[in-house]
Amino acid sequence: MSAVMSAGQVLADGVIDFNVQSLVDNFWALTIDGLTYGSIYALVAVGYTLVYGVLRLINFAHSEIFMLGMFGQYAVLMLLGFTPRGDAYTQGTVLTVVYLLLAMIGGMIVSGGAAVGLERVAYRPLRKRGAPSLVFLITAIGASFVIQEFVHFILPKLTGEKLGGVNAQQPIRLVVPSVQFNIFGAEVTNVEIVIVLAAILLAVATERFVSLTKFGRGIRAVAQDPVTATLMGVSRERVIMLTFLIGGLLAGAAAMLYTLRVPSGIIYSGGFILGIKAFSAAVLGGIGNLRGALLGGLLLGVMELYGQALFGTEWRDVVAFVVLILVLMIRPTGILGESLGRARA
Amino acid sequence: MSTETTAPTVLKLGVGDKLRLWWDALARPTQWLVGVPFIVLIALLPVIRPPLLTTVGTDFGSVLAQFGMYALLAIGLNVVVGQTGLLDLGYVGFYAIGAYTVALLTSPVSPWNLTDDWLSQDWAWLFALPIAIAITAIAGLILGTPTLRLRGDYLAIVTLGFGEIVRLLADNLTNITRGGQGLTQVAYPIVGVDPETKPTGVFSAGNTDSPLNSGTWWFWLSIVLIIIVLLIVGNLERSRVGRAWVAIREDEDAAEIMGVPTFKFKLWAFIIGASIGGLSGALYAGQVQFVQPGTFNVINSMLFLCAVVLGGQGNKLGVILGAFIIVYLPNFFLGRTELLGIPINGDDIADYKYLFFGIALVVLMIFRPQGLLPARQKLLAYGRPIYVATRKAALALSRKPAAVPAATADTEGGAR
Repeated sequence: MSAVMSAGQVLADGVIDFNVQSLVDNFWALTIDGLTYGSIYALVAVGYTLVYGVLRLINFAHSEIFMLGMFGQYAVLMLLGFTPRGDAYTQGTVLTVVYLLLAMIGGMIVSGGAAVGLERVAYRPLRKRGAPSLVFLITAIGASFVIQEFVHFILPKLTGEKLGGVNAQQPIRLVVPSVQFNIFGAEVTNVEIVIVLAAILLAVATERFVSLTKFGRGIRAVAQDPVTATLMGVSRERVIMLTFLIGGLLAGAAAMLYTLRVPSGIIYSGGFILGIKAFSAAVLGGIGNLRGALLGGLLLGVMELYGQALFGTEWRDVVAFVVLILVLMIRPTGILGESLGRARA
Repeated sequence: MSTETTAPTVLKLGVGDKLRLWWDALARPTQWLVGVPFIVLIALLPVIRPPLLTTVGTDFGSVLAQFGMYALLAIGLNVVVGQTGLLDLGYVGFYAIGAYTVALLTSPVSPWNLTDDWLSQDWAWLFALPIAIAITAIAGLILGTPTLRLRGDYLAIVTLGFGEIVRLLADNLTNITRGGQGLTQVAYPIVGVDPETKPTGVFSAGNTDSPLNSGTWWFWLSIVLIIIVLLIVGNLERSRVGRAWVAIREDEDAAEIMGVPTFKFKLWAFIIGASIGGLSGALYAGQVQFVQPGTFNVINSMLFLCAVVLGGQGNKLGVILGAFIIVYLPNFFLGRTELLGIPINGDDIADYKYLFFGIALVVLMIFRPQGLLPARQKLLAYGRPIYVATRKAALALSRKPAAVPAATADTEGGAR
């Protein structure tokens, strides 16, 4: 092992230190933490993938939809009477679950509403004019500026400095992470179990919805061939709205789960990096492909943490971006390929 | 005389279009005659410091110097986004590479500092400038080769990742870049040394004379560089390369089928855009004499893009106007407590700049996606004489039919 390490250090000339030992020692702990983050990426990635599948549009502003969800669930908790404080609230399991569900629904409503509103205000007028894709991208960038700065400057004025502003929100903790059981010596906490289970449940439910229901068939039809779908009686506008709504709802749910793992991450700029990573996850799995989003999210989460152990915490984001660039270079269609339309009925 | 057939075809043109036609129809020497005094007037802005235009919160000269750098960035990004139609969201990466190259070569705290050994401090900045341009061009080549084969929207996200990687590298490679501490005492051109009043020359941040402070001098230097870059880029645009860029922007597949090697020309656009970004970064490093990663946040890429889109993609004058708006407007409001007698909170308005630029982008894309000064399709082939002749004819057509007999329009139109 030391031979490997010294080789690595010689290779990097002391500029970047390899720490293979840390990766090997903490392999399972890293995997579990990676899956936790990965399932959150996966939920956000579904939003990118659905919109891309239907509109061939990268919805850059989706990261801000996620960020709004974090504030939405936080607002619900505040409305329920919780105030930010250093230690966690302790209630019974049932009550905690109820509160968390309420917070999640709050986040989902805010994000879903914001996503549909964004589609209405920013994208629909462009579609009516048949604008080129560059125009859509620039609009999305403008929209994400607007949403970020709204939370940065306007929201604190509307809420009496309770929400938004320059600093992150003081955390409201409802769950104390406590170790439930061990896998290969790695501790698994209740928070991690909740996040992974909830995320997989939601992702599978979405996948079933798109594969089995009438609405889902509409989405797939428009993704495959918008003109024919319209001729067959599918309302394209309604399908587009539905995809933005589903993406927004999942982003809101992901936002609640994310704040369970990172309670101090609620800040106006907190969506940007996570959004790029979720997009990378969608591309990694195959953009436009729902199962791909789930697979890509989990893979990216795990790889990122392995990279973090190998190179150091400060390189974590670099790993995600390098993965994105490598995937696009080697296999631009992603692992499972782009195929929202071709997903079987 | 076929007056009765041509008389009804009067071109209805706005003021901007007429101005443009008039300019286009001028002969080259006349253009210079009109253009040079105009440029001189702009260059004299920091000397005159017009009362209402001058910024109050920050030094007007420094604001204009920053405008100069942003104008260079906008011209460079315009080659990529406006001319070739490639959405580059990581342009700040090239700006950073240019600035860091100069800083690493000349800062005494950098491990690769050359000014200790054999490079004289007086010439260090000028020596590092071409190296910075070359290295950013190579960076553009390295980023472009694998990514320019991708579809457009993927390119956007990959370049975004690239911009962030450059910043993270600058932040994390602490052995070389000193991370967040930054590199200090970067070299700058040492000109106009006066042992008593200006021991470090006019470009030094220590030159705080009013109005000829260092900001003004950097503004003048950037005007010279902008003119050189505009001449180079303008000539490229009128050449085979420029025609290939426009063809790629309008329809890449069609261009490829017509025999345009699209990948090669996209790569050229990327490299040229990158090197102009590097040039601007080198200017920045010299002016501020201090380089640190926080300056090169990805949000700046969005700001550069905003300048290009706001001003008018593909129009060089437009993107310079865009850069001016982006830099000048927030600084205009900074520290201002009243405007034309109306009390305002200027600091707040300056804080909201990203909000306003965001709204501007969204609204602009819906109502005027071509920007404030839109690019027009031009006759790119057949050379300048024919181009000017067509302009003259159009200009004549835009006048009242009674004043211009249509048949003689193209011979007399330009003479008046």
